[in-house]
Amino acid sequence: MNRFPPWKYALLIIVLGVGLVYALPNIFGDDPAVQISSIRGFELEQDMVTRVEGILETHGIESRAIDFEPQRMLVRLDNVDSQSRAADILRDELDEDYVVALNLAPATPGWIRMLRAEPMVLGLDLQGGVHFLMQVDMDTARTQQLERFVTSVRNVLRDETLRYRSVRIDRNAIVAELRSPEDRETAMRVIARELDELVLESRDGSETFNVRATIDEDILEELQHTALRQNITTLRNRVNELGVSEPIIQQQGADRIVVQLPGVQDTAQAKRVLGSTATVEYRGVDEQNDPHEAHRTGRVPAQSRLYFMRDGSPILLSRTVIASGDNLVNAQAGFDQQTGQPNVVVSLDGVGARRMLEHTSQNVGNRMGVVFIEHRPEVEEVDGEEVHTTRRVEEVISAAVTREPFGGRFQTTGLGSATEASQLAMLLRAGALAAPMQIIEERTVGPSLGQDNIDQGFRSVIIGFILVLIIMAVYYKTFGLVANLALTANLVLIVALLSMLGATLTLPGIAGIVLTVGMAVDANVLIYERIREELRNGNTPQSAIRAGYEKAFSTIADANVTTLIAAIVLFMFGTGPIKGFAVTLSLGIVTSMFTAIIGTRGVVNLIYGRKKRVKALAI
Amino acid sequence: MDIIKANTNINFMGQRKLALVISAIILAIGVASLLTRGINFGLDFTGGTLIEVAYPAAADLGEVRQALTDAGFDDFTVQTFGTAREVVVRIPVDQAEETGADLSTVVLNALSAQEPDIDMRRVEFVGPQIGQELAEQGGLAMLFALFGILLYVSFRFQWRFAVGAVAALVHDVLLVVGLLSILQINFDLTVVAALLAVIGYSLNDTIVLYDRLRENFRIKRKGTPVELCNLSINQMLARTLMTSLTTLMVLMALFYFGGEIIHAFAFTLILGVIVGTYSSIYIAGNAAIVLGVSKQDLMPVQKEGADDQPETEILPERFRNREA
Repeated sequence: MNRFPPWKYALLIIVLGVGLVYALPNIFGDDPAVQISSIRGFELEQDMVTRVEGILETHGIESRAIDFEPQRMLVRLDNVDSQSRAADILRDELDEDYVVALNLAPATPGWIRMLRAEPMVLGLDLQGGVHFLMQVDMDTARTQQLERFVTSVRNVLRDETLRYRSVRIDRNAIVAELRSPEDRETAMRVIARELDELVLESRDGSETFNVRATIDEDILEELQHTALRQNITTLRNRVNELGVSEPIIQQQGADRIVVQLPGVQDTAQAKRVLGSTATVEYRGVDEQNDPHEAHRTGRVPAQSRLYFMRDGSPILLSRTVIASGDNLVNAQAGFDQQTGQPNVVVSLDGVGARRMLEHTSQNVGNRMGVVFIEHRPEVEEVDGEEVHTTRRVEEVISAAVTREPFGGRFQTTGLGSATEASQLAMLLRAGALAAPMQIIEERTVGPSLGQDNIDQGFRSVIIGFILVLIIMAVYYKTFGLVANLALTANLVLIVALLSMLGATLTLPGIAGIVLTVGMAVDANVLIYERIREELRNGNTPQSAIRAGYEKAFSTIADANVTTLIAAIVLFMFGTGPIKGFAVTLSLGIVTSMFTAIIGTRGVVNLIYGRKKRVKALAI
Repeated sequence: MDIIKANTNINFMGQRKLALVISAIILAIGVASLLTRGINFGLDFTGGTLIEVAYPAAADLGEVRQALTDAGFDDFTVQTFGTAREVVVRIPVDQAEETGADLSTVVLNALSAQEPDIDMRRVEFVGPQIGQELAEQGGLAMLFALFGILLYVSFRFQWRFAVGAVAALVHDVLLVVGLLSILQINFDLTVVAALLAVIGYSLNDTIVLYDRLRENFRIKRKGTPVELCNLSINQMLARTLMTSLTTLMVLMALFYFGGEIIHAFAFTLILGVIVGTYSSIYIAGNAAIVLGVSKQDLMPVQKEGADDQPETEILPERFRNREA
């Protein structure tokens, strides 16, 4: 008698049921959709839904549904035609603050979507797109930091009216040459007081008394980290301009950034956009004249320039720039320690700090504006030819009253919310001088190749799968059919796990699935051969089944664990394509153990287990 | 249905000297090829730029070369890829070229000036530092995999088996890489993945054999290690052939229907499955025997309570000397 306890059947049914549900979204395909997101990655307001609905209604386009998330909203449409029409209309009607992109929304029925079941993510090699790996030049970033400190050190010494021979960069340090030991002592005292990021050391030159200053290791690390984050922010802003539906921008290692843009084929444009620049400028607000008047009449006072705030209202700013992005060291959103209000703390370098102090001492009670300047690449069609141009876009992102004179470190308060504070800090950082970047790896897959890869990948999975099914059924008869059931369940479970984990399916990943299909039957082959052997040794069918499963188990476990070791190593060391292969291979090993051992045993027990006397096994 | 008769008894181990000679000869040729011709490393490891374009009809490679020469390139290769319509242009890393990533744009412009209807299939640019890193990572992965396996097999079986298994794996990898060198197959990242999968597969086979060998050592009263090894191989023959067959089937499907990009991957695995099946019989089994696997090594470990005292007495002479 071979019977399974009910809980094992329950486990089987639950696992397979969950697997089926989570694998299901992959068969429904996609709805054409239009994606709307903020150009700067800000959160969307809920009332956008009614606004978009209104726009589409007035143009007679019927949307199937609108999925709203703070990061982005998806408008589902019936067909590709209305998709492109809707995109064109929305692009015209919505302001420049929004990105309207074509996308595909999974057409999963609502009840499955409620379970957060989503289809597998296709890798760039399957859906087409661009992959860039960018290296942030940390050496240059460090030199930039040192240069900032050189200026600061000079300023500090000048403010103390200390005469120095020179302040210069010497490899990774700043060296200040002074004329007497007393001067040096004063210098070290004031530098230590003003610039606590520096580690000081006295060194004697041949004729001079030197101070050697290095940037504190922790701070240097922090600065590099900031440089990288800043570059990621900048890249994210740039990528939003491209209107890519689901870009990936991630840090990789200490000094690298991965940028993946699905669906983009014009790599030349992508590279231009990623390389474009932004900066910020601090300018005093012209409080004497009325900006609305100037906007209406077009007469702008000679010492001022007309700008616009983010909400579109005009503002007059002085022609003189107080400080620019080059001077900006950092901008961080947080909370004011005294009032608890959201704020943004800004640090400027030496030059910026001096000019800021000069300006603020004379302008207490006046406002100061921050202008965000971008060079956006654009493509226009002139006489049927594509012309690439860059457009300078300027906009005032903040105008706050100066309460008291300040220099290199100050905070902006009076911001509406913590979100607003973090948005301002983000824009300020995006405008700061970033460390230079270089593309060190590019992989672009055109849409036709992507489609070919999908077709060929799936074809080979299906052909391989069917071949194995046939061999097993012919060779092991009833037991072969049971193994085939397990193999099918295994495929469903792999797909379900990939979907649940949100893992990306790549072409090597498909190869991993194919290989798993071939190897998954090994467990069944081992068991069945063992059962045959037991039968030949004169055992009864029932005990042969039991012995077959029991004796084959340790072999299967050992064989699979060792393969799993290889797969895990592959995952740890592999990048890109190798990782995809390792993921499907490891998942396949785990699921095949389950389906081939517990799954087939359950079915075999159902067929033979209840009968008192089994004359022969169809094996 | 049976492919192997129930009482098959092929004297595999009788041929083991011959097998070693054959292995040695193929390995020697492979290593010689590795030393003289080297490996045809792909873009992933050498760095450089690769551009694949599809032409509306069979492309004239001469014209493509001319277009590139006119655009100012002098060091490049042009080949068809899969079909005559698809063309791959490879440009090696040029140290002087700072903006390597822009190269592809120039090439695509030059090609589309000559034939406007081309379809960009893929562009790959790998900077020299990346290539170096990928090569290092691949090598490290291989070493770590072998080491992890050595540990696991030592733990589950015995060190002699672990050494035998790793010897078989090194044999497989060397043999396959040697064959790839002889055939000058393009060696890229997917081939590294395939080699690691070969390690996994071959090991799988070896472990299955060892498992049976261990069992036979434990239950059979008579028989020399060579005889028991032979018996185990024969007992597992049906299973070995069956699994190799199904795996080869799906790999064939991948090779013929998976497209050009997956070709080298599938080919490496096909070689690996064949070599791996052979090696688990002749190399892994042989190595364990040569290293002196004996019955005592495989007996279930005695319980803690039983002292070391009586154990030393059952140990055979030669074993005792080695332990001392």
